[in-house]
This record gives sequence, C-alpha cells and structure tokens, in this order.
Amino acid sequence: MLDVHDLVKTFHSGSARITPCDHITFSVPRGGFFTLLGPSGSGKTTTLRCVAGLERPDAGEIRLDGVPLYSAARRIHVPAHRRGIGMVFQSYGLWPHMTVLQHVEFPLTVGGSRLPRREVQDRALEALAAVRLEGLEGRPAVSLSGGQQQRLALARALVRRPKLLLLDEPLSNLDAKLREHMRIELRQLQRSSGITMLYVTHDQVEALVLSDAIAIIHEGRIVQAGTPRAIYERPQTAFVADFIGSTNLFPGTVLRAGPQARCSVQTAGGVLDCVAASPVQPGCSVNVSVRPEDVTIVDRRATVPQWDGVLEEAVFLGGSVDCRVRVGPLVVRVAARPSVPLALGSQIGLEFNSDRAVALPIQPEDAGRESQRAGQA
Amino acid sequence: MGSPAALDTVLPVRRTERLSGAGRAAVIVGVTGLVAYLTLVPLGFLIYGSFFTPGVGEQPGIFTVSNYLHAYTDRSSLPVLKNSVVFAAGTAATAFCLGTGLAWITERTDTPLSGLHSALSLVPLIVPGILFSLSWIFLFSPRIGLINLAVRRAFGLTDPLFNVYSLAGMVWVEGLHWSPLAFLLMTAAFRSMDPALEESALMSGASPRATFFRITLKLAMPTTLSVMLLLFLRGIETFEVPAIIGLPVGIHVFTSKIYLAVKGYPSDLGLAGAYSTLLLAMSLLGIFIHARVTGGANRFATVTGRGAVPRRIALGRWRYLTAAVLVGYLGLAVVLPLLVLVWYSLLPYYLQPSVRALDLLTVDSYRAVLTLPAVRRAAANTLLLALASATAVMLLTAVVAWITVRTRPRGRWLVDQMASLPVIFPGVVMGVALSWAYLRLPVPIYGTLWILLLAYVTRYLPYGVRASSSALLRIHTDLEGAAQMSGASWLQLFWRILFPLMRSGLVAGWIYVVVVSVRELSSSLLLWSPGNEVLSVVMFDLWQSGHPQEVAALGVLLAVVLTGAALVFRRVAPGG
Repeated sequence: MLDVHDLVKTFHSGSARITPCDHITFSVPRGGFFTLLGPSGSGKTTTLRCVAGLERPDAGEIRLDGVPLYSAARRIHVPAHRRGIGMVFQSYGLWPHMTVLQHVEFPLTVGGSRLPRREVQDRALEALAAVRLEGLEGRPAVSLSGGQQQRLALARALVRRPKLLLLDEPLSNLDAKLREHMRIELRQLQRSSGITMLYVTHDQVEALVLSDAIAIIHEGRIVQAGTPRAIYERPQTAFVADFIGSTNLFPGTVLRAGPQARCSVQTAGGVLDCVAASPVQPGCSVNVSVRPEDVTIVDRRATVPQWDGVLEEAVFLGGSVDCRVRVGPLVVRVAARPSVPLALGSQIGLEFNSDRAVALPIQPEDAGRESQRAGQA
Repeated sequence: MGSPAALDTVLPVRRTERLSGAGRAAVIVGVTGLVAYLTLVPLGFLIYGSFFTPGVGEQPGIFTVSNYLHAYTDRSSLPVLKNSVVFAAGTAATAFCLGTGLAWITERTDTPLSGLHSALSLVPLIVPGILFSLSWIFLFSPRIGLINLAVRRAFGLTDPLFNVYSLAGMVWVEGLHWSPLAFLLMTAAFRSMDPALEESALMSGASPRATFFRITLKLAMPTTLSVMLLLFLRGIETFEVPAIIGLPVGIHVFTSKIYLAVKGYPSDLGLAGAYSTLLLAMSLLGIFIHARVTGGANRFATVTGRGAVPRRIALGRWRYLTAAVLVGYLGLAVVLPLLVLVWYSLLPYYLQPSVRALDLLTVDSYRAVLTLPAVRRAAANTLLLALASATAVMLLTAVVAWITVRTRPRGRWLVDQMASLPVIFPGVVMGVALSWAYLRLPVPIYGTLWILLLAYVTRYLPYGVRASSSALLRIHTDLEGAAQMSGASWLQLFWRILFPLMRSGLVAGWIYVVVVSVRELSSSLLLWSPGNEVLSVVMFDLWQSGHPQEVAALGVLLAVVLTGAALVFRRVAPGG
C-alpha cells in the first residue's frame, strides 16, 4: 500500500544542518494502522509531511499502491493536492471563516472532483454523521469544543474517501479523559472504514493502544519497527526499552552465552539470566532491561530469592504498588501486587522473569549515555 | 514560631507600607487627572473655538457658525475634500501594495537578501517626512530634479519624465514613505497565520491557486481592511508632503488648508478649527470602522500551531527576480533619497552631477548649518523636548497600563480611551487646539517650550499606552502577588518589580517617542515661537527661504543621528 524507501530530508538553517529523515524505510499494508513514534524533534512529523507532499524530500522514494508519489531517481514529485491523501493536523487547521458544513463540503468542491450539488451535500452530511457532528452544520467551526473540532478535522479529511489518512499528533491538544475516548473512537473508525492510517505521536501509550505496527524514530532514523507487543517485550536498544513503558536498566558483563540467545549477565546487584536481543559473547558489555512488572517480591522465608534488597519506597497506584528496592548500588523498580504486605526498610527478596529480562548489547554511541545512567543508580 | 515581637524585628513596619493605600490612590487619581487634562482640554477648546469669534481683550467671544459656513460652503472646499480623499486613498493603496508584496517575498519565499531588506526597509520610517519630500523634489522636480534632467538630456525629451509637483507625485512620495509600516504590519500578519490552515486546503485537494483565493485571501481580509484604514488615516492627517510638495502648486488638502488659515494674515483660528473638526470627525469615523473590523477579526483569530513554521515557497530561478525587486525597492526608498540628500548637502550652489561638479564639492553647508545660532538653539530644544516628552509619556502610560490591565474599578476603560484619544488628532489639529486653549486659559505657557512639550506628550500618549500595555501583559500576575506576599507596598511593587520587568518594553517605547518627537513638524510649526525653535521647524524655514543645501546638510546629520537611535531601538525592542 504505502512504501517509503530510503527517504532523506535535510534542512539547512544558517550553517547548521539538521537531518530529520536519515534514510527512512517502512511499509504500511492496506488497512493497516502504522505509527511513527518518537520524542519531539526526532523527525517523525517531517517524514509524515514528506508523505503528504507538504515537504519535498532530498532523496528516496514514496509509493502509494505502487504509484510513485515521489522519486528522486525519476525526478517525480506529485504536489500535495493531487495525491489524494487525507490529513489531520495537530492544530486541526480549521478555517475561521467557514461553518462546519462548509468545511466538509470544501474537499468535494475543489480540485478535479465536480460532484452534483445534491451528492456533495449528501456526502458531507454523511461524513458529519460518521463523527457525530450532525445538528451543528451551521455553526462556525471555531466555536466548537476541542473534541468537536478534532472530529470535524477528521470528517474533512475523510469526506473524499482517501486511500490513506495521515494524522499528525491529532490528540495532543485534548485533555486526558477526552484523549482516551478519542483513541477508542479512532480505532473503531479505522476498523469500520478499513482506511489505511499513518499516525505520528510522541505518546507511547497512544501508539500501543492504536497501532498494528510501530516504528520508533530517534534522531532521524528508525531504530526499531514491529508490533506493539514485540517492541514492548523485545526492545533492541536501551533507548527503545526506556522510551516504551518504564523499565529497569542494569549495566553488566556477559558471563555465559547459551543456545537460543540465552545468557547470564553479571550486574552490580548479582547475576541475571536473560534473553539477548542480538548475539553476544562472554565478556560483552550489555544493559539488562527488566520491566517493573516482570520482577516479583517473594517471601524470603519460603524460598531462596535471586536477589536480596531493602524496600526504600512504596507508592500506592491503585492497581499496583510502585516499589523501589535497593540492591547494593542498584535501585530496582518493582510493580508489586497491592496484596503483598510491605514495610519500608524491611529486607525483601526479588525474583526476575528470565524470559522477559532482555540483554541489550551496548553500542559505542550509547556508551556515554549508559555510563551516565549507571552513575545515577 | 516566633512571638509577634520577634516578627516585628524581622519585618519592621515601614512608613511607606502604612501609606501604601494612600500612595496608590494618589498615583491613580493623579495620573488619571493628568491624562484627562492633557487630552480633553485641547478637544474641548477646539470645538469651542470653532463656534466662537476670538474674544478681544475683556470682551468674550460670540457664538457663531460662520466658521463652518465659510469652511464648507466656500467653492474651494470641494476640491480640498476631493484632494484629501484621493491623496489618502492613493497613499494607502500604494503603501499597502508595496508593503504586502515585500512582506510576502521576505516571509513566504526563499528569496535571498530578505534579511538585508528587513533591516534597511525601516529607514523611511525614521527619516523625517520633510527630508523624504525634499529628496523626491531633488529627484523629480520638473526644473531641478536630477532624474528628470538626466532623462531629458539622454532622450532629448521636452517634458519632464515625472512631475513630483502633482497629486500623483504626492501619493507616490507619501505611499513610499509609509510602505515600511504596511510591510511591518503585513509581516506580522503573515507570521501569525497558522500554516496548517493553508496546508489543510491543499490536503483537501485544492490547488495552490484555489487555496490562495478561497483560504488565504479570505483569512487575510480583516487584516487587510484594518491596515488599509490605518494607512488611509495616516494619509488624511499627514502634513509634510502636502505642505512641501502640494502648497507651492496649489494642491490643497485639509492639513495644509488648516496651516494656511493659521499662518495667513490675519490668522483665522476659527476657520482652522472648523476644518479641524471635520478632520477629527473623519479620523474618528476611521478609528470606529477600524475597531469594528478588528473586533470582528477576533472571530478570525488564527490559532498558531505550536512551533509551526510557515513553509517558504521555493521560487527556483524566479527568486533572482524577487531579489531584484527587494534591491530596487531599497534603492528607491532608502538609497536614492539619502544619496541625493548627501549630494545636495555637499554642493556650493545648485549643480547637476558631473565631473566638474565633483571638484566644487564642499562641506561649507555643514559648517554654515552648525554655526547658525538658530540651529544650535533648535538642536538643544529638540533634544530637550524629545527626552522630556519620551520620559513623561512612558511614566504616565506605565501607570495608565497598570490601571487598565490590572485594576477593576468601574470606568477604568475610560482612562484607556482618554489616553488613546489623541490618535484622532492630526498634528496640525493638535497645534490649532493647543493654540486656542492656551490663548484662553490663564496658564502662561503660550510662546514657551512648555506648549510644545504638552503637544508632544499628548500626541504620543497612545504609542506609549500600546508599548506599556503589551509590556505589562507579558508579566504574570503571580509575580505581583509574590511581591505583595513578601510585604512590598504598592509603590515598592511598582518601583522594584513592575518597572524592572517592563523595562525592555518601556525603553523600546521611550526610544520610539524620542524618534517621532525629533521628526515632529506639524504641531511644532503652529506652536513654536522665536527662541523656541525645533530642528524640523528650522529645516522647514530654511527650505521656504531658499537654502536647499543647508536643509540637506542638516537633514543628513539628523538622519544619521536618528538611524543610530533606531539601531539601539532594534537592540532593546522585545522580539525586534
């Protein structure tokens, strides 16, 4: 459906060069919901705008259903208004001089589409009904509430029935409750319409909830792509592990490397059995990533725990208790069940789920960051 | 916890603290009273004066409508109205088209030299209108205009290429002079427009053409109207171009007609007053429409997306053409006028540019100008007036801004309205009004520098209010609250917290008022008296008495000084 291949885009501001797209490659299948996830300034929005045709890339290729929209080699650049792609902007981009109905009619009355008046109106009303804005047709768009404006922007983008819908952080201007609600609505809309969506966000929860597939972008490059579950459970780098969800990162050295990527790692708190994200040799420096929910607090009298520690902090969060346990120089975050009895300052035992502890080989470029992190712990 | 006694030693109750309520009230009442006096007195006397004959000695004036009958039934009045409207409308259209085109080129395209243009294009706003008019006379006068003569010689024409002594010439000079203002306002408009508004039209399938006509143009409409009106008002109230280019050939507008009525013999203040009230009414109407238009524009408030940087259009090879437009504009609006001024200032007497003339160049004019006692006096007076009026305006308006922005008593809007009222006073009208007022009031300032100071302070109050209000609005109320909770009295709060925080805004406003005070001609021309000259009046006099070289020399010096002041302004102006 959408194929982006080796996309490069560089901005020059004064003498500085910024490369928001540094050889970006990804594909979105028909009907898929694909998310570009990354911190602000990572280049995800620029990638989206290149697909939209609002930016002209410097190199690479963009194809939609096999038809090139942009190709550096073949010198093709289809202008934005001829791509037939819908887009929802972060600030919505609603026109202050138009009513709600005029907004959804606009895409049907410009460009090549010259539909009969009757049909324009029918389709406009249909689009408004799909986002539950019926009855507000005559209102000026800017008088709508935040959530309504968001839905109107969606209706305007969908009314032409585009093959592909681009969404640029569409939920970031809504309050928390509304955002949660709109997430579900967006997912339902995508399922019922079957439209292919390319979504940009910096909110990892949003990405996990909505997407079929996620590409994590960091400094203009895709560092990892896959299903939400794969990315959460098998991060490839410390950046990904840290960016998606919360995690414990323990620096250490590989002691033994076994079959099926199994390995044992010596950390400052003790030895951990892990799964290596990429092949490792004994003696390799790695970071071990363990999610707080994959650490269990155990009764030291009943079993011999893997690690011993002192409970320094326990914060009740409702569904779980967020604990900080000191083990030697390390602090381990544990998401404990509320039913476990806990006393601050007491000695407790920790067990790690070795299937979900991931050893991440330290790349040279990570080294600086990692030593900094180790210093904090 | 310490005992109350211990607390007292930590926080001794100061005398000012006990007086803070009284001090605050005194300042508010004092400033309000002063603003009311400054703005309402001239207005009242202007209207009063236009209906009464001048009193002679103890004999009071008699009510009469003859001034109005004379002013508006006279056969010469219709052309004056027509000239005024055509002149102002032409000025607005010229300045708007130039300014908008330039703003589009520098803001929305990748044209080179945009930075240079933005820096230099403000020079016409700094150069006094009288000098700008003279420059264009030096260039396009049918008799002595350098370009006219050069073209005539080169092509053997008998008629001048362009006669600046015409309504078209006046419109061109005034329009060019105000084009930087249009440029500034339209640049701001282009910057505040959320690019997503245009991009979402493109993504809806609208072509760039359709996007321009159905979105961009419609969104820009309120701003366009408001800028056009503003420029029209400038054209209505301007004096320099009508006086210097229009008067010699009998093209009269209201401002020059008022000047003639006052300066004619016998001086007819009543007639000037009758013309003035019409001018005032036109300004008022303009401001009213402007408020309606911009009030409606709030509905059009274009939401700015976070960190949204409008896309610049890549012009390809066309960008050399747009760069040429920028350079051409700078040549016409900045370089050529200044060059011709410098050329004239170095001539011993009138000469056309030639190799022979180069040998005769001299700095005699500069020497003559600098040794003229009137010039020295005028320079001192101008400096004194500029500094004093700027300081007074900013001090007053800082308090006015605080009253309107931060307090809630009923009628606080009245203070703001009063301080903004002088916007409707063209300079000549202010001159007429103050003449009336201080010929009548038992305040002996007529014929002194004080009346000039009063005129300047009153006229520039509105600028000060705008600068102060925007400076104050940037200060979060919590900063004031924190000062109060730390025990600061109101005066301490103002002096130690608000003034320092507003400083950059106040300084920017102060420098602006200094610059416009130095440029001021129209009020000064009606209010000056021998010994109390200012530089602009001296230049006007030198020109009228036929000393173009000396005017040019004085003008070059003044332009250099003012440009220096403006450079400082750019440094301190927030976001400038």
